[in-house]
Amino acid sequence: MILMFENMKPKISIVDYGLCNLYNVSNALEHIGAEIEIIDKPKEVKIAKHIILPGVGAFKNGMRGLKLRELIDPLKEHIEKKRPFLGICLGMQMMMSKSYEFGEIDGLDIIEGNVVKIPNINSKNKHHKIPHIGWNKIFLSIDGKKNQLLKSQDKKSSMYFVHSYKAECNKDENILATTSYNDVNIAAVINKDNAYGCQFHPEKSGKYGLELLKQFIKL
Amino acid sequence: MTSNIRLISRLDIKGPNLIKGIHLEGLRVIGNPNDYAKKYYESGIDEIIYMDTVASLYGRNNLSEIVKKTVKDVYVPITVGGGLRSIDDVKYLLRCGAEKVAINTAATKNPELITEVSRKFGSQCMVLSIEAKRNEDSSWEVYTENGRQKTGMSVLEWAKKGEELEAGEILLTSVDNEGTKKGFDYELIKKVSESVSIPVIASGGMGCHEDLSKAVKDSSADAIAMADILHYDRSDVESIRNFCHANDINVREYEA
Repeated sequence: MILMFENMKPKISIVDYGLCNLYNVSNALEHIGAEIEIIDKPKEVKIAKHIILPGVGAFKNGMRGLKLRELIDPLKEHIEKKRPFLGICLGMQMMMSKSYEFGEIDGLDIIEGNVVKIPNINSKNKHHKIPHIGWNKIFLSIDGKKNQLLKSQDKKSSMYFVHSYKAECNKDENILATTSYNDVNIAAVINKDNAYGCQFHPEKSGKYGLELLKQFIKL
Repeated sequence: MTSNIRLISRLDIKGPNLIKGIHLEGLRVIGNPNDYAKKYYESGIDEIIYMDTVASLYGRNNLSEIVKKTVKDVYVPITVGGGLRSIDDVKYLLRCGAEKVAINTAATKNPELITEVSRKFGSQCMVLSIEAKRNEDSSWEVYTENGRQKTGMSVLEWAKKGEELEAGEILLTSVDNEGTKKGFDYELIKKVSESVSIPVIASGGMGCHEDLSKAVKDSSADAIAMADILHYDRSDVESIRNFCHANDINVREYEA
């Protein structure tokens, strides 16, 4: 029995809430040996083991997509039960309490804090471009260094970011890694229990990104 | 630490082949695009651009097959351009594994397409491709159809308009310098980069490492698209990366 179970591919459920391209996330997961299912119904969320919430685009549309499909409560329940969860980019931002993208909008409120526009100027009055697009090094916090998800990351870990907004956590303990865009500090990986969020796209971040996904499917 | 400059390999495609021309014309077959994309990925390229050189002249393309194959080996963002006309074309290529689309001709004919793509798939996915040709008076005109067709539009005006319409970045190709190895059109890159607050990818003319340095330091390019310098092995991704590190140009650290 145990042997049979070990031979099975881990099944990862990707939430489709209507606004993003799921192909690259599922392709990367298949590449590292996972089995994929795309889910969009509350009952599917309820029985899922590993859930990935991907996403690009506007926060408001993302939350609306989840609400329309009645996925908000089942997702929160999944997380409260400490089942593995990974939000990517917008999926990560939706884990926060609130966003200030086009007005004030409630998020899933898993991690305390807000999503705010990245300032286009740093503390030394130096301007930079928004959206932030490109590869940046991630710096692991003390908690991050001990965390299973980031086990294979090292001092050279760079990830591919593309975003105009950033998550600001109220508690430092929720931040596993940060990045620096023109000296503006940005939360790169956030965490509470078994729920994780990454601002970058692990599916497009070469071998380091694939390593992170490999750790996630092992949770 | 300032932002990292992105090193992008640009692969121009005709039918099933990777090709290279001069001034976007006089195309020569180089080889199988998948092989080159994989090689560049493994040596640490930051992104890949596939540009179908004939799709917008002769209708639909088989670029989608190339993209589908590439994404099985390549885990960095892939931008696809050439012949995309509608939301459905964009959706189809994203489903094949493209991360972003580059649109030129269709955007000049129907600028609202930029906004539609951006609103539907996110601005990060909407790359406005501009083919720029220098006029005698040091201004630039927008061309389409691989530098064959004049539009009468000013490049600087169009770049600003593109940003207003919510393009996420600009792929700026100098038709004059493309394939010549004589360096980028630095003035063009500088002017466009100063006119918009979205990232600008400089494309066309990189002959040697110093050209990259000038485009970044003097002209404020946010990303560099490289084609024949890589295809013909005049340099490689690792050497370019090392050159950047040695010359205070921030790029991703990478070890193959």
